Amino acid sequence: MLEIKNLEVSINKIEVLKGINLKINSGEIHAIMGPNGSGKSTLAKVLAGHPSYSITSGEILFEGKNINKLSPEQKAHKGIFLVFQYPVEIPGVNNEEFLRTAFNLKKKFNKQQETNPITFFDILKKKLKAADLTIDFLNRNVNEGFSGGEKKKNEILQMNLLDPKLSILDEVDSGLDIDALVNLSKTINNFINKNKSLIVITHYPKLLDYIKPDFIHILYNGKIIITDNILLAKKIEKNGYEWLINKTL
Amino acid sequence: MSNNLLKNFINKPYKYGFNTNIKTEKIKKGLNTEIIYLISEKKKESKSILKFRLKAFNCWLRINEPKWAYLTYKKPNYQNISYYSGPNKQKIFSNIEPELVNVLSKLDISPNEKKNLAIDFIFDSISIGTSFQNTLAKSGVIFCSISEAIKYYPFLIKTYLGVVIPSGDNFFTALNSSIFTDGSFCYIPKDIKCPLELATYFRINDKESGQFERTLIISEDNSKINYLEGCTAAKYDKNQLHAAIVELIALNNAFIKYSTVQNWYAGDILGNGGIYNFVTKRGLCSGIQSKISWNQIETGSKITWKYPSCILSGKASKGEFYSVALTKNNQQADTGTKMIHIGEETCSHIISKGISNDNSKNSYRGLVKIGLKALKARNYSQCDSLLLNNNSSSNTFPYIQVQNASSHVEHEASTSKINEEQIFYFLQRGISLDYAINLIINGFCRDVFSQLPLEFVLEANQLLNFT
Repeated sequence: MLEIKNLEVSINKIEVLKGINLKINSGEIHAIMGPNGSGKSTLAKVLAGHPSYSITSGEILFEGKNINKLSPEQKAHKGIFLVFQYPVEIPGVNNEEFLRTAFNLKKKFNKQQETNPITFFDILKKKLKAADLTIDFLNRNVNEGFSGGEKKKNEILQMNLLDPKLSILDEVDSGLDIDALVNLSKTINNFINKNKSLIVITHYPKLLDYIKPDFIHILYNGKIIITDNILLAKKIEKNGYEWLINKTL
Repeated sequence: MSNNLLKNFINKPYKYGFNTNIKTEKIKKGLNTEIIYLISEKKKESKSILKFRLKAFNCWLRINEPKWAYLTYKKPNYQNISYYSGPNKQKIFSNIEPELVNVLSKLDISPNEKKNLAIDFIFDSISIGTSFQNTLAKSGVIFCSISEAIKYYPFLIKTYLGVVIPSGDNFFTALNSSIFTDGSFCYIPKDIKCPLELATYFRINDKESGQFERTLIISEDNSKINYLEGCTAAKYDKNQLHAAIVELIALNNAFIKYSTVQNWYAGDILGNGGIYNFVTKRGLCSGIQSKISWNQIETGSKITWKYPSCILSGKASKGEFYSVALTKNNQQADTGTKMIHIGEETCSHIISKGISNDNSKNSYRGLVKIGLKALKARNYSQCDSLLLNNNSSSNTFPYIQVQNASSHVEHEASTSKINEEQIFYFLQRGISLDYAINLIINGFCRDVFSQLPLEFVLEANQLLNFT
């Protein structure tokens, strides 16, 4: 589904990713771990097409096609979804209107007929339940005044609704208590199937008890220094990153 | 990223910039007593109106142009304007020149298509015609040009003209009062709910004149009127002056709702041309529980100087002001309201939304004054500004004066800017920039849009729509 070849990325002329190689097949879950500042969030944003970053070399292939130059909304329409670490508040914009616009613009991109507000509401009601949110949530503005947990639930609701092929979860566990984390993981696990892929970015190995990855990649200083299976997470939990970095380099 | 893209969306071409080549009667440039005599003679006015004009002119000579507004512009040369220009007068819509019929359909105000709307159409200095006058007359409603009112209803004119806005109120009211050419007049009798919405469309077509209209609306006891005003202008590289007066009078328990979509030509991207818009609008709530509501969508004009106000003298009378002002390119707007509370238990509500882009300046200026005898008066004001880029500016100048201890005044203000992370959030969800801006602006203006009459909702949406 996704193939990254020798990807080098800079922001304000400072190189932040220094040759990333990664291949993700349909139905796979990949965890990306690493200490603060290693480039994990940068990789997430680059995949989604954030305009502040420029790709200086290498390529990103999505379903076999180079997407280096696609705009963020084109990437979204093709099925790449980013669960933001800090979802931004958008005052004045109603949640339901926001969701309906996103939903219908994706339909439009796929040359399907738009869904009318009444049918859409029925679809949305089911997704709300799955994300453990109530209907009054729709009358609020996008992320405005949401608690940390509500923001994350809203991200997962949007993922469920827009049904992307590749979802990138950037620190989805940050700001969540243990009960919320268990619930959210359940929703995510229900969402994935053999046609969907997941990139899970996290500092803490704890999350991987709930969302079980097929592979773990350790990102350090803009490079993937080691790729292994889930057992690696246990070792990191016990010994920390420094142990691993010293061992590898 | 967002700044450059935004620029393209906001700078939609001006749809109404066409000019109409038509035979006009125009008087020579300049402003002096000779010109005033000439205009008065053309309109075959009574001596009392001529006297009114001359008194105002004397006043004008002694008043200075106001300098307190947050506006910079080159003073117009008042002697280099022709104060009267208009097509030869035609009485009814069905019998006007084909060129003007064309204008009406281009402006989408053809009277044959507007079934629930009586329209007075003012072209430069002249009212071309008023529709549905007979239908309205059955309910006793008078809707005509102010020139006709001066001729046929001298008693009403004598009683009410210049009562709410004395000619010497300010520099521009004195100017208008001395040379006003046309405008609309509405009279709603006691206990009548006006059966149609009334509308006046103002059009500036001439390059070297301007428009100096005045409108007077009188709503008798227990009556109700919904009035709409639209304005557009031909596109020129020189500036034209628009100095108007609107006076409203609401008697006991009467309700006047006055809505404006102001879309005068705003000048080009470099700042050439555009209308200088200096307008004084004021309503008097003189009766018990009378109510005046000003609603405005301001998107046009190079310079806007406009403060639709309410004098709340009747007991428990109510004033409202709902405004959206959008400025772009080199536009400058200094707009707001005045709520003067005189009577007991009077109440006012102000919602102002300013959106600015490019190098524009957008200011809210408002006065809330609660007098000694306005016991238990209440006011709520909310002024929000939204900046779309780094170069535009937004200001709020609230003046609050309270002279008794039993009143309640609230003021809220906010300033926000659309930032790159918000735009990226929309884009990542597959919502392109134009849709994103629409959602943001619609959300920002929701409180004001919900007040607009149906007739204007579509137009306001089009004006502020970037998709």
